[in-house]
Amino acid sequence: MKRLREAWQGFKAGTWLGWQIESNWTEPFLFAIYSVIKPVAGVLILVFMYLVVARGGLENPLFPRVFLGTTFYLYVVNVLSGISWAVQDDREHYGMLKYVYMAPMHLYGYLLGRGMAKTLIASVSVLITLAFGIVFLGVRFSSVNPGLFFPAFFLGLTALAFFGILLAGVSLLIARHGWVVGEVVAGGFYLLCGAAFPLSLLPGPLRALGLGLPPTYWFEALRRALLGQGLNPELEVLSDSALLLILAGASFLGIVLSVGVFRLSERIAVRRGLLDMQTMY
Amino acid sequence: MSPSWKVFLRTVAGRAYPRFIGVWREKSWLIFDVFFPLLQVSAYVYIYRAIGAPSEFAGFAVLGGAMIAYWMNVLWSMASQFYWEKETGNLQLYLIAPTSRMAILLGMALGGLTATTVRAAAIILAGALLFRVPLEVSDGALFFGVFILTLIALYGLGMLLSSLFLLWGREAWHLSNLFQEPVYLFSGFYFPVRALGFWAAALASVIPITLGLDAMRQLLYPRLMENFRFLRVEVELLLLVMLSGVFLALARLALHFFEGLARREGRLTLRGQ
Repeated sequence: MKRLREAWQGFKAGTWLGWQIESNWTEPFLFAIYSVIKPVAGVLILVFMYLVVARGGLENPLFPRVFLGTTFYLYVVNVLSGISWAVQDDREHYGMLKYVYMAPMHLYGYLLGRGMAKTLIASVSVLITLAFGIVFLGVRFSSVNPGLFFPAFFLGLTALAFFGILLAGVSLLIARHGWVVGEVVAGGFYLLCGAAFPLSLLPGPLRALGLGLPPTYWFEALRRALLGQGLNPELEVLSDSALLLILAGASFLGIVLSVGVFRLSERIAVRRGLLDMQTMY
Repeated sequence: MSPSWKVFLRTVAGRAYPRFIGVWREKSWLIFDVFFPLLQVSAYVYIYRAIGAPSEFAGFAVLGGAMIAYWMNVLWSMASQFYWEKETGNLQLYLIAPTSRMAILLGMALGGLTATTVRAAAIILAGALLFRVPLEVSDGALFFGVFILTLIALYGLGMLLSSLFLLWGREAWHLSNLFQEPVYLFSGFYFPVRALGFWAAALASVIPITLGLDAMRQLLYPRLMENFRFLRVEVELLLLVMLSGVFLALARLALHFFEGLARREGRLTLRGQ
């Protein structure tokens, strides 16, 4: 019970601090603009690629599915890189990780909280991008299925958060490439998980790798839940409930793996004195 | 050579040295700096394939990905550099050193440019091999001229931005972050900038990569670019010469002005902002 309370306290403190770090560097109005411009620009790159090349431009049947995958990918990059970045930022930049560790709260909960702050920011970006897509790009969510959307959304997000913690555990032990670990993994997910194109285009081994990654099923479930159809022919054989089952399994695996890896990393980091490492790298 | 020129040149060499040598000492960076952009480039190549684009468009993505390496270097290792130096406590050392700040910036630019060229070349090579991208330059000398002028103008812009960023704390970090996707969009890193419309492309030309990319694509894929070119290559070359001069001159003025302002407002040693 005490551990749970400490984890909750860490979660609350991490969420509050994460939100402050992300948002209070400027005026709220400028922060709002900042939050809109980045994701919308990312989607507009796709829009122009379609306008220049695709038959039918934005009327191309692939576009809504690609738009949706790219939009929800914002969660992947924010959550994965946000949590592992928090370790580097607190340790190398602000020199605060050792104090966080000494405080009567759980580091694991604290990092989840930092991820929560990133999730909140990503949610704002996703909502704005979806609204932009509906209003300006003519994307229509023709067959919304809340019974599939909400469980899939939360299961996928849970899996992402715990994989983020796993990366944070790895970041505890490394200095040099800690800054980019989350982004590299998120970039790999963009390529391998069918966020922006069907997996069938990838060479066999990469396709197999993609089919082993949870975000593939997450994007597919979200597309089915909002558009009524997925993007990948390989996944057509899976029913909606099978997709949910896979996502539930991935979340469970994420929790087990992240707890194990994080505990081990934490123990090694304490033993080697890495919690206050300052490499100036 | 007068002593002040000697100091200037030694400063340039001294500041460029760690960046240049860093590439060879810390080789694992090469993997991250090539592998990570290549993931993104690959994704864009597959998007083009998904919508049935001609193979030249894969070349657009690969060339754009390589030029992103330069833009990232300008953003994070030029524009934000004084912010990092402030955070690590080095900025004061730069300011009390008996040398020109422009020499420090120039050294940063030359070192970064050399190191990034290795990365950009690796991205192009890997992209060309992986995706069999056609890369046949119609006029090698002109292509080289466009490329060099793009880099001079771009690093001039980086020197200007680093002076502007001298005042800032975390804003510098977030602004560099902000100048990624929106600049990829407006400079047409992954598609011909003409698609944005003439006036939007003209506005985006303040970032030299916009003109450089368009010109290099025209020289690589002349037939395809007949329908997509923004301006003639010669005009873009001339504009790049002008941008280079303007940015370098502005960088000098801005450095002087913002250093004075930062001194007066006591921001040069402010850390953890």
